[in-house]
Amino acid sequence: MSSGDIWIIGASMTPFGRFADQDLIDLASTAAMDALKDAQTTMDQVGVLAMGNVYEANSHNGQRLQKQIGQTGIPVFNVVNACATGATAVRVAMMAIASGETDLGLAVGVEKMGKMGLLGGARKGRTKTEFTPNGRYGAVMKTEGILGTSLMPGVFAQAGTEYALRHGVSAEQFAKVAQKNHAHSVLNPLAQYRKEFSLAEILNAETISYPNTLPMCCPTGDGASAVVLVSDARLRTLDPDVRRRAVKISASVLTSDPWTESDQVQADINTLTRLAADQAYEKAGIGPEDLDLVELHDCFATAELLHYDNLRLCEPGGAGDFIDSGAPWRGGTTPVNVSGGLLSKGHPLGATGIANLYEVATHLRGEAGDRQVEGAKVGLTHVVGLASACAVHILEAAS
Amino acid sequence: MEANALTAASPAVNDPSGTPTRVPVVDYLVLDEQPYIQAQCCNACGALYFDRRNACARCFATEFSPRRLAGTGKVRAFTVVHRAAPNIPAPYMSVVVDLDGGGVIKSNLLGVTDPQQIKAGQRIKLETFTAGVDDDGTEAIAFGYKMDGDEL
Ligand SMILES: [Zn+2]
Repeated sequence: MSSGDIWIIGASMTPFGRFADQDLIDLASTAAMDALKDAQTTMDQVGVLAMGNVYEANSHNGQRLQKQIGQTGIPVFNVVNACATGATAVRVAMMAIASGETDLGLAVGVEKMGKMGLLGGARKGRTKTEFTPNGRYGAVMKTEGILGTSLMPGVFAQAGTEYALRHGVSAEQFAKVAQKNHAHSVLNPLAQYRKEFSLAEILNAETISYPNTLPMCCPTGDGASAVVLVSDARLRTLDPDVRRRAVKISASVLTSDPWTESDQVQADINTLTRLAADQAYEKAGIGPEDLDLVELHDCFATAELLHYDNLRLCEPGGAGDFIDSGAPWRGGTTPVNVSGGLLSKGHPLGATGIANLYEVATHLRGEAGDRQVEGAKVGLTHVVGLASACAVHILEAAS
Repeated sequence: MEANALTAASPAVNDPSGTPTRVPVVDYLVLDEQPYIQAQCCNACGALYFDRRNACARCFATEFSPRRLAGTGKVRAFTVVHRAAPNIPAPYMSVVVDLDGGGVIKSNLLGVTDPQQIKAGQRIKLETFTAGVDDDGTEAIAFGYKMDGDEL
């Protein structure tokens, strides 16, 4: 324990899924109240609130949340940062604590997507009667599908084949990632889908964007998650039971994509993940071999495979061998996405980066039930969104 | 040269005989007799951009000049899109291409939908086609790539 450490003393997530009867603020309130209860604290103790949400980001959701759970005049930060939104909210609360402005903060991530479909961002094609150059590329028509694809499934498929062409990964090896995560999800009562698939079922399912078939793509959905954070000094004053269950944030790193030759046509998910991982390992004094579990950003099966390499979990270029070896399975040497991952647990964007902290913290506390990674002491979380933001956190158990 | 000179890079091609006007689907496609891709090149470090930049994202220099990129290159990444955007026929193949002599670009690989046909280092070459015609009869000319078997 050092005086600069920041700790998670409360963590929660709602089930992920599609909840027509709950609005954004209902979900956020549930997660916030659960995290406060888990931390044995109340809103009057909270000195900063950071609220992460993507699709309704201009609706001052943090203040709307306060109206549901307690208005105390504290600073509220409404945060949006692609798929790293929730993790960024955590960092904002951490920075407020690290700066000495407060010693207890609440970070909440929430999203309500419903069934918006895999191509989420795609707008209906408009019919123009006169070609007029538009936008930064002087486009006279919508170019998606004409000049290649830049929709999410296509971007992550191409990220996968780039690695595959370089290192000889097969479509079957990519599919094994989905086989693993869907199998893991069966043990997670909070997951959106809890159905196991055979490798053949995954390979033979509808192709969305080769090599990713439908079970290799994460669903859209609703959900929220929250954490309560304290300074080291504050932790020392708390109840022994709170201290026993506290989880140390040994590293918290946020990066954006550095310039690459290709990033203007194909958003990069690799360089910034490597940058974040290396900084986090350095900061925590922990190496990839020390990790008992990893929750990483498997928005598509192809992405998870790349991140084995980006997070240094495997030999350089060896991500295909890594999945073949069984290492990232729950009983393997480096369990990855024992929650079911985004592929089956779900991916309500703003909630994702806090939900993976919840997952790892729950294992480090030894409270993960049927899916518990036995004796877990150290874990890593990773999120990356286009184009591009990445967050890596390394967590350690209290004792 | 100023970065915004790019807007003048690809004017509509007017034929005095009255045949339909052709416009490039994006302004980094130049419709010469032999169409080509043109980028803005950072005078200091050589980084290439298809849109205008206030400073180079790589080295922060502020001077750019237009540069003609090669019409040939190698497939760097690909996907076969089955669930496509509205009004886009599927399946089709999207490729990210390493152009000979520098530059990375994305477009469709025309006439191929079998992923097994793409091997590491697959060579491709530029091809233009009409992507649409507006009510005035103006044709929008797009670019894609074709397999370049001879040089494989
Ligand atoms: Zn430069």
